[in-house]
Amino acid sequence: MAIKALDYDTLNENVKKCQYAVRGELYLRASELQKEGKKIIFTNVGNPHALGQKPLTFPRQVVALCQAPFLLDDPNVGMLFPADAIARAKHYLSLTSGGLGAYSDSRGLPGVRKEVAEFIQRRDGYPSDPELIFLTDGASKGVMQILNCVIRGDGDGILVPVPQYPLYSATISLLGGTLVPYYLDESENWGLDVNNLRQSVAQARSQGITVRAMVIINPGNPTGQCLSEANLREILKYCYNEKLVLLGDEVYQQNIYQDERPFISSKKVLMDMGSPFSNGVQLVSFHTVSKGYWGECGQRGGYFEMTNLPPRVVEEIYKVASIALSPNVSAQIFMGLMVSPPKPGDISYDQFARESKGILESLRRRARIMTDGFNSCKNVVCNFTEGAMYSFPQIRLPPGAIQAAKQAGKVPDVFYCLKLLEATGISTVPGSGFGQKEGVFHLRTTILPAEEEMPEIMDSFKKFNDEFMSQYDNNVGYSRM
Amino acid sequence: MRRFVIGQAKNLIDQSRRRQHHHLKNLSFLSLLPPFSAPSDSSSRHLSSSSSEMSASDSSSSLPVTLDSINPKVIKCEYAVRGEIVNIAQRLQEDLKTNKDAYPFDEIIYCNIGNPQSLGQQPITFFREVLALCSHTALLDESATHGLFSSDSIERAWKILDQIPGKATGAYSHSQGIKGLRDAIAAGIEARDGFPADPNDIFMTDGASPGVHMMMQLLITSEKDGILCPIPQYPLYSASIALHGGTLVPYYLDEASGWGLEISELKKQLEDARSKGITVRALAVINPGNPTGQVLAEDNQRDIVNFCKQEGLVLLADEVYQENVYVPDKKFHSFKKVARSMGYGEKDLALVSFQSVSKGYYGECGKRGGYMEVTGFTSDVREQIYKMASVNLCSNISGQILASLIMSPPKPGDDSYESYTAEKDGILSSLARRAKTLEEALNKLEGVTCNRAEGAMYLFPCLHLPQKAIAAAEAEKTAPDNFYCKRLLKATGIVVVPGSGFRQVPGTWHFRCTILPQEDKIPAIVDRLTAFHESFMDEFRD
Repeated sequence: MAIKALDYDTLNENVKKCQYAVRGELYLRASELQKEGKKIIFTNVGNPHALGQKPLTFPRQVVALCQAPFLLDDPNVGMLFPADAIARAKHYLSLTSGGLGAYSDSRGLPGVRKEVAEFIQRRDGYPSDPELIFLTDGASKGVMQILNCVIRGDGDGILVPVPQYPLYSATISLLGGTLVPYYLDESENWGLDVNNLRQSVAQARSQGITVRAMVIINPGNPTGQCLSEANLREILKYCYNEKLVLLGDEVYQQNIYQDERPFISSKKVLMDMGSPFSNGVQLVSFHTVSKGYWGECGQRGGYFEMTNLPPRVVEEIYKVASIALSPNVSAQIFMGLMVSPPKPGDISYDQFARESKGILESLRRRARIMTDGFNSCKNVVCNFTEGAMYSFPQIRLPPGAIQAAKQAGKVPDVFYCLKLLEATGISTVPGSGFGQKEGVFHLRTTILPAEEEMPEIMDSFKKFNDEFMSQYDNNVGYSRM
Repeated sequence: MRRFVIGQAKNLIDQSRRRQHHHLKNLSFLSLLPPFSAPSDSSSRHLSSSSSEMSASDSSSSLPVTLDSINPKVIKCEYAVRGEIVNIAQRLQEDLKTNKDAYPFDEIIYCNIGNPQSLGQQPITFFREVLALCSHTALLDESATHGLFSSDSIERAWKILDQIPGKATGAYSHSQGIKGLRDAIAAGIEARDGFPADPNDIFMTDGASPGVHMMMQLLITSEKDGILCPIPQYPLYSASIALHGGTLVPYYLDEASGWGLEISELKKQLEDARSKGITVRALAVINPGNPTGQVLAEDNQRDIVNFCKQEGLVLLADEVYQENVYVPDKKFHSFKKVARSMGYGEKDLALVSFQSVSKGYYGECGKRGGYMEVTGFTSDVREQIYKMASVNLCSNISGQILASLIMSPPKPGDDSYESYTAEKDGILSSLARRAKTLEEALNKLEGVTCNRAEGAMYLFPCLHLPQKAIAAAEAEKTAPDNFYCKRLLKATGIVVVPGSGFRQVPGTWHFRCTILPQEDKIPAIVDRLTAFHESFMDEFRD
């Protein structure tokens, strides 16, 4: 009998330990139900185009021309493409060594990185060096590359917000590091209290963990909160004092739904603080074409910008990037277009501005509709979605429900979400997938379903929820002890 | 690009702790020394070397992330394809713009990397038509489109879009890739092999490389886990094993027999590794080979399959060059086909087969499209693979579409079939001619022997360097093949990769040169290479 080559027991433990709920149990169950013919509303992942958001026209025109450059030679190309799209396609093709089909520089096309640097400079008012900007196949790959650099073993801890986007917990698991949670304060609109940080770090250190980095997600995922400038200053000071590299996940920087706290980049705040912070805090900032009003998830386009990393470290990161040869070139062009979109006066500007505005304003409205909708439900409390793409309502499950979940062998919020899915077709991600305080339950949904469908979805949810709460409120569960 | 710190960095770091000054004697890794000294260990606040080339921020230990505090596996891993020589070449290229007269050549010719379209190879029209239509689907609603695109590309675009929920090419797909595209790939595999393929066994990735990384992650828990790799090898394997903290168990291909793969060698290396306490988990085979270009004979493949089955090894079959076979006496057979034709099924062999859109006749490197077909794993293991794939959500959609197109290209009767075939045959026959021309030219050089490129995209000549040349290299603290390659670059503008980047039998020297420059440039390349080699030998002949 042949020796078994690969069985479950001999797999890398780190792989087995890692969890990624966004495409976990709920999603798999929803997919099963969909196959059986049930109508499913997938709100498990920030995937705007999957829920009907249309791609912006201009970038698709440019990239289509880059895919098929022979079109540029055709005298009739102007019938199908506006002149500025044609010009842009020629511009991006000229930055490549062989069009979309050639590996670029492993850090990304120098010309596009220059455009990214110019964007950052315009946004923040401080110069940005293209040599410190690396394009990646989506921001996630960039996060993995940086964490892979920072984590040496399980003695290294990474501060991660709770709740967090589980890319962080999954990657830390895969790399064999230790996640050091710091709790965001739900009662303060998911605010970040530096005292929570201090406590978490102290506890980790008492267990012999070297805390190496701190992750902030701003705007937050799943929580949506936008950090204030004061908060960012506190965080940067803290990182300076505690010698932590700050990883600023800023992929939702274009998704802001209130005006009190506009987006400010960690880099800008750091530079504003001046010496010794501006040259003494190490920072890596991440961005993407997947979110914002672009929503081009399927392109897999992202970048990270490094601040205050020693040149030799940058070289090592470059080396690892070169093993993957290069990020995909189409997405690099999307990134170039995102950071240098049509300007007033350009032929395509009006349409571009209209499309963008339409999407952003609708997202703002949907953030409100959803928050209000959840708050109108029994035993549900929901902070306002200040930014990003998600709503993260707290579901106050009655003891009877928690009991029933136990009996079904399920974590309580998973139990709730499965029931929600089966009753309504709404596929969410249970809060346990993101981390939460012990005994407090949530679910994450996106604000992405089409605006016209929102009222019906919220009604459907309310009906299910209120019935569920009535059912389990009536059951025995409250202890007299 | 700067020099990369070499795989024996750990030794260097240990050595540097003991000594004041560096004085490295071991030739085999000298070529890859960084221009500055190795870093001190983190407990010391002083650099152990006298070299002062490092900037202040490098030596600052008040920052959390410095060279001596990053993951040592990152330091350890290496990738020579984009190494020191390329960095020099890029600098020369910049300088050529303003200083043309300073050089005996007009241009840099990059023969270091399998990147066909950067050297003028054209993409296949049909594939790009479909990709353009899927990029901007509004085109399909315009009547003018019919005048600009072939009818079958329009039809195919519609077919593909119908397989994508909401026709949304900008949405994350299923983490294994869009189902309909996997169906097309499975059908293509079946048409190729004569044995069925299951779309659920297919995992689409951003190029083949991420798939290799995933498997290494899965298989390697510690340095006690070993992966058998061919020497010479494409350095993705050594780098990935290093990054995941495993052990590379080398098996030497036999240059004298056309880079043959001997089972006796596999057995020997396997037992050797086991005797050292290493659990060998998998065997990586690159077929057609990179950098060596050999195409395995079918009976050889059967022996390999049996070997893996008997020894309980996962077979990692890198088959990205499956469309690149240039000799009439060899043919590509997938390992899946070989295993199935031996009567082996899911319970007999764990096999992962990698394919990519980067090579073949399509050469679409920048699109980052590829897949792995995973067979012979139990469902609980496959769930773990799915889970890993899901953390990155999905591979890029455009690459997925292209991967399905290369596995289901135009058929006889399709509108584009004739032009597609002409383009494909044109590219492949040109590659075959270039492989032959360059091989013959290399074999004419004094002290150079070069096996033929039966497949893939490279030639890997062996340099029998005179002692004087080896001594000169030593004096420059660099490996002899690196010394040769640098001299070649500076004399001719031709960029190749020293054999040490791929590993080789110790004491032998090679370089890897692609066959990709356009055909009309080949005579000039041959002339320049020949002239350089003659003068090199004149200088160093014993």
